[in-house]
Amino acid sequence: MSATLHDIGPVLALILVGFLPNEVWRLVGLMLVHGLDERSQLIVWVRAVATAMLAGVLAQLILSTSGPLASIPVGVRIGAAALGFVVFLIARRSVFAGVLTGESAILLGTYLFAP
Amino acid sequence: MMSTDRAAPPPHVAFQVFLDGNIAAVRSVFFYVLIGNYVGLGALAHEVGFSFWWMVMSTLLVWAAPAQVILVSTLNTAALFEVALAVTLSSVRFLPMVAAILPVMRRPGVRQRDLLLPAHLTAVSVWVEGMRLLPLMPVERRIPFYNGLGVGLMSGALVGGAIGFVLAARLPPLLSAALLFFTPMAILMSSARNSRTLLDGLAFGLGLVVAPIVAAQKIGLDLMWTGLIAGSMAYGVHRLRERWRGRPS
Repeated sequence: MSATLHDIGPVLALILVGFLPNEVWRLVGLMLVHGLDERSQLIVWVRAVATAMLAGVLAQLILSTSGPLASIPVGVRIGAAALGFVVFLIARRSVFAGVLTGESAILLGTYLFAP
Repeated sequence: MMSTDRAAPPPHVAFQVFLDGNIAAVRSVFFYVLIGNYVGLGALAHEVGFSFWWMVMSTLLVWAAPAQVILVSTLNTAALFEVALAVTLSSVRFLPMVAAILPVMRRPGVRQRDLLLPAHLTAVSVWVEGMRLLPLMPVERRIPFYNGLGVGLMSGALVGGAIGFVLAARLPPLLSAALLFFTPMAILMSSARNSRTLLDGLAFGLGLVVAPIVAAQKIGLDLMWTGLIAGSMAYGVHRLRERWRGRPS
């Protein structure tokens, strides 16, 4: 059960544990909406669920405690996101300005505060 | 509305619309965000010993930055079934995303297999821009436009991944990690810009509040529960509000 990358090689591993477990959700989504209308209440609800999940992805990335993202202090991540958002609001909702500020803050904060 | 009479555009028009989608991709902030993010991802892939073409294939086949971060950072050390489980949990969001966007582009006469490519191209960036741009155009143009948008944005990721892979030796790992934060920044701002309806804004705001609470319970399937709880609460408020306004739907 505990086969690793070295047993099957990188390409087969990519397909079996990268592509397939990821793609299955897209295919299930495709099959489920067969015949449903854009304005149906079910789709309105599904859209709200998708939007909330997107916020969940954001929260996970900002607060994550494992993987390469975790090497940057969580205070730096939250602070940079907040700063970027403030600039986004000040700059009349410019996504470019907000993203650039937030990313610059991450880079600067990483340089200053990372262990 | 002659909704029954909307045939697919002839091939040269469809190709023109596909190119319009490419242009929309290059004009999207996500194109540059993806380049930055995938520079980080390409550098990490090089660092742990994957080949250039493996990185290209992973972007073409997986096309999901969080899943690719998991693959690159755990595939060398973790058991395969653990990696597969982590990847599939990180990708649950594609189910409601695909289910919400495909009905926007479907019209009578569209076959399921015409929707396979749009389903595969659906990722956070493409979905966010697609939900914003597709309703602005005639329904028969939406599939080629969405495909053009998806392929255009994926090109940005491929270019970024290649740059990161080549530069890897000169990028400190902390810098590669910092570059991965382009994606959450862009999710935050674009969602704030795009939430024009109460339902969208409420679902996103509640998701931000519910996600850490769900994570703290350590019950697993965090993303799924966040989506179901926060999304259903937002939907409930939306329905109540419509009832108060006296226009039931």
